Amino acid sequence: MKAQLVVIGGGPAGMAAALKAYENGVKDILILERDNTLGGILNQCIHNGFGLHTFKEELTGPEYALRYVHMLKDTDIKYMLNTMVIDVTGRGDKDNELKDIKDACVVTAMNGEMGLLKIEAEAVVLAMGCREKTRGALNIPGFRPSGVFTAGCAQRYSNIEGLMCGKKVVIVGSGDIGLIMARRMVLEGAKVICVAEIMPYSGGLRRNIMQCLDDYDIPLYFRHTVTKIEGKDRLTGVVICEVGDDFAPIPGTKKHYDCDTLLLSCGLIPENELSVAAGMELDPKTGGPFVNKDFETPKRGIFACGNVLHVHDLVDNVSKESVLAGEGAAKLILEGVKDWGEVQELKLPAKSQNTIPKDFDKTRQVICIRCPRGCLVTADKKEDGTLDITGNSCPMGFEFATNEMTAPKRTVTSFVSIKGKKNPVPVKTKGEIPKSSVFECMKTIKAVELDREVKVGDVIIENVAGTGIDVVATGETDGI
Amino acid sequence: MIKTDVAIIGAGVNGCAIARELSRYKLDITVIDRCSDVCEGTSKANSGIIHSGYDAKSGTLMAKLNVRGNLLMHTLSKELDIPFKKNGSLVLCFSQEDMGKLEELKERGEKNKVPGLKILSRDEVLKKEPNISDNVYAALWAPTGSIACPFIMTVAFAENAIKNGAKFMMSTLVTDVSGKENDGYVIKTSKGEEIEADIVINAAGVYADAIHNMVSKNKIKITPRKGEYILYDKNVGNYVTSTLFQLPTALGKGTLVTPTVHGNLMTGPTAEDIRDKEGTDTTAAGTALLKKKAVLSVKEGYGRNPITEFAGLRATLTEACELNNFEDEYLGCGDFMIGEVKDAPGFIDVAGMGSPGLSCAPATAEYVRELVGKIKELKEKEDFNPVRKGIKAVNGATEEEIEALIKEDPRYANIICRCERVSEAEIVQAIHSILPATTLDAIKRRTRAGMGRCQSGFCNPRVVEILARELGVDESEINKAQDGSYYVLSKDAN
Repeated sequence: MKAQLVVIGGGPAGMAAALKAYENGVKDILILERDNTLGGILNQCIHNGFGLHTFKEELTGPEYALRYVHMLKDTDIKYMLNTMVIDVTGRGDKDNELKDIKDACVVTAMNGEMGLLKIEAEAVVLAMGCREKTRGALNIPGFRPSGVFTAGCAQRYSNIEGLMCGKKVVIVGSGDIGLIMARRMVLEGAKVICVAEIMPYSGGLRRNIMQCLDDYDIPLYFRHTVTKIEGKDRLTGVVICEVGDDFAPIPGTKKHYDCDTLLLSCGLIPENELSVAAGMELDPKTGGPFVNKDFETPKRGIFACGNVLHVHDLVDNVSKESVLAGEGAAKLILEGVKDWGEVQELKLPAKSQNTIPKDFDKTRQVICIRCPRGCLVTADKKEDGTLDITGNSCPMGFEFATNEMTAPKRTVTSFVSIKGKKNPVPVKTKGEIPKSSVFECMKTIKAVELDREVKVGDVIIENVAGTGIDVVATGETDGI
Repeated sequence: MIKTDVAIIGAGVNGCAIARELSRYKLDITVIDRCSDVCEGTSKANSGIIHSGYDAKSGTLMAKLNVRGNLLMHTLSKELDIPFKKNGSLVLCFSQEDMGKLEELKERGEKNKVPGLKILSRDEVLKKEPNISDNVYAALWAPTGSIACPFIMTVAFAENAIKNGAKFMMSTLVTDVSGKENDGYVIKTSKGEEIEADIVINAAGVYADAIHNMVSKNKIKITPRKGEYILYDKNVGNYVTSTLFQLPTALGKGTLVTPTVHGNLMTGPTAEDIRDKEGTDTTAAGTALLKKKAVLSVKEGYGRNPITEFAGLRATLTEACELNNFEDEYLGCGDFMIGEVKDAPGFIDVAGMGSPGLSCAPATAEYVRELVGKIKELKEKEDFNPVRKGIKAVNGATEEEIEALIKEDPRYANIICRCERVSEAEIVQAIHSILPATTLDAIKRRTRAGMGRCQSGFCNPRVVEILARELGVDESEINKAQDGSYYVLSKDAN
């Protein structure tokens, strides 16, 4: 088999790279995706907050992915699902002379229908994403019962399978997935006891600390960690300790919590098994391969983008970077191999070190949740009763703070089950509803069992909980 | 009432190896275990090493069985398709003062009939293993030292025993064993049904004392010795090629650093006598100790990617009693206690099977067969089939082989566990095998799904889904191991 460009991974990075290369004139493109749908991890990120940069509107993960899927379906880009790549070789090494660079990379893949595939491609884009740090990597002592999940695993269970992992939850690590999952577990009916974070700050966004924890009165303990996992069959509890500057538990601070579920949200690692097997060295700083300014790795013809290259903070930035990789791949295909040049110094996202200020005064201050920036906005009542709003960086902050002080509102996301189908379909409130109606809204959503096919944007519930707002589908029944 | 010729209590590596050995003969064999699968106790949490046999005191049963067990594994691994590698082992000596002890160890090994022992100089050691610590002074090289997969070893014995007629009763706790009036025993279980057996073999691991004490006035005691381990990523799997031991020094017994047969790197075990027979929790102190001790053997740089920590309990005999078959020197607590109990004819203890119990298992089974033969006449089966084939795996297969596998079953192309590259076909085969895997841990032991660097972060929901589908049950009924170790709630529970 042959293709001009093979893209490994049909998530946000792979789709953006493929689309850009297509736009730039590469017509024979093949995306290989190991899952049974395109969209990658976005499919399980059913919460909102995506797309503010790329589409200038707030979308949920599946909606963001669908935008790309629909764009893709308008092109001649081919894709193969349920297809696992097991090996990639490049066209040569960056230090080889140009005359020694081979004509094609070789991608070895397999799927049930076609068996083992050997695909020759002028260029390959690696876009396999990343995985989560595990309990073992974190070295959390104790027993090894069931009930200890990475936050992303629990997210898949909940949002893709419609299954709950437990009823009483402790979360260790305050990365964004952990924060998002804290809210999800509460909305779906569990009790979240606390989030323990070993650092004195959170790696998650400040708006997520507010809208996922603070909204539901979930305590976040900085400088705390789990020091024992209890239970021989299913998890029965954890011990949490305060830690010192050396991250060692401080004697006398032990506290036991009964729980049946422990979620880990302690960081992500680029998934580079294929890159290493292709002979690439990984940058200890990013965990991903080195690339030049065109996002080409030292193995000629192989490009990399998205979380395989380094862990991104926002999907919008993944898309942005992947466009450049798509451009790079197109250039190599259309203009031929040139000198590799220099290693690119990647612009890594600033490591979030977010806290809520100690003197945060709930009665007159808010953290704006409109965008990832999370401005601290102060709203003081003037003598005439109007609000004096300061600290916002844009009109959205002004509007948010005004609402928050008078009638706070939230967008609710969840999923509804479909009769006769194993997997539910994600939904959201089409606009914000009063914060006080969130649980009433969830109750209505959970009572629904659909008996029909659904397209993105279809109204599922009209005027949910009397709010005047409809609940709409954010995904589709035939996969994404 | 179930009637059987031989009842084996405990489906660890010893119980299963004995069942397989006895299944050569015209005997009705029943193996009983409290857990939902074989290999749920000490057999699943150990070093996975087939020792060469220099360590045990000469003249002990332990020494004899170890050397014999090692020898047998070379043929058995082929016959039963057990992952096994003769990688050789080194006992590292760090000072000239300790050379006497190293020589002593070599002499003991030679007395135990361990083949090929040789003392290597510092240069020879470093040439063989460049990542060994520069502080090494010399080492004892044992070429027959080997590594094996303890899970598949146990499963293979069990599967082959079943193929040859043995029955396994899982999730069945023995609550009482009592002698019948004339001969034979009645075993009561948690399942309610009683089992009548002519011969009872007690291979109950850390609980062997409890079972023994049900039938004998001469009480024994087993103390669990906890051993913690750290397993590292395959990216350091070739950090060393041989198994590295440390010569015990004034500072105590060392820790080992070894590649596993599947290509990971492992350090361990600690040794702590505890009371709780279920005390398989890991501790911060344990892992810290292992890290400290491992760097005596190897240079730093191996330890950036641990993938899991675990602990196993070695059954250590701390109060022994006399047995019928010990005519020779009897060490009691320093040795295995394998034999017919004096005041309980037909009741055979296989007790105190701590280290090197795994290495000995094939020889232990032979030894127990001899003991059984003294009580009951053994007639060979004409149709005994010694061969067991494992599940064909994608991982490690050539491209041609993969192509053939997918042709045979397209589910071979559906990779469920990315890290260890395990396909749906392999998982389905494990579920429907002669010894069905019905839990995630059982699948993991047979196929390695979930054993890799993401520790089932990706494949957990997928394996649960496949298990539920194949067993025709709800996902909420799928367990990690024993009842109650569920992963998800039933949808109706919400």
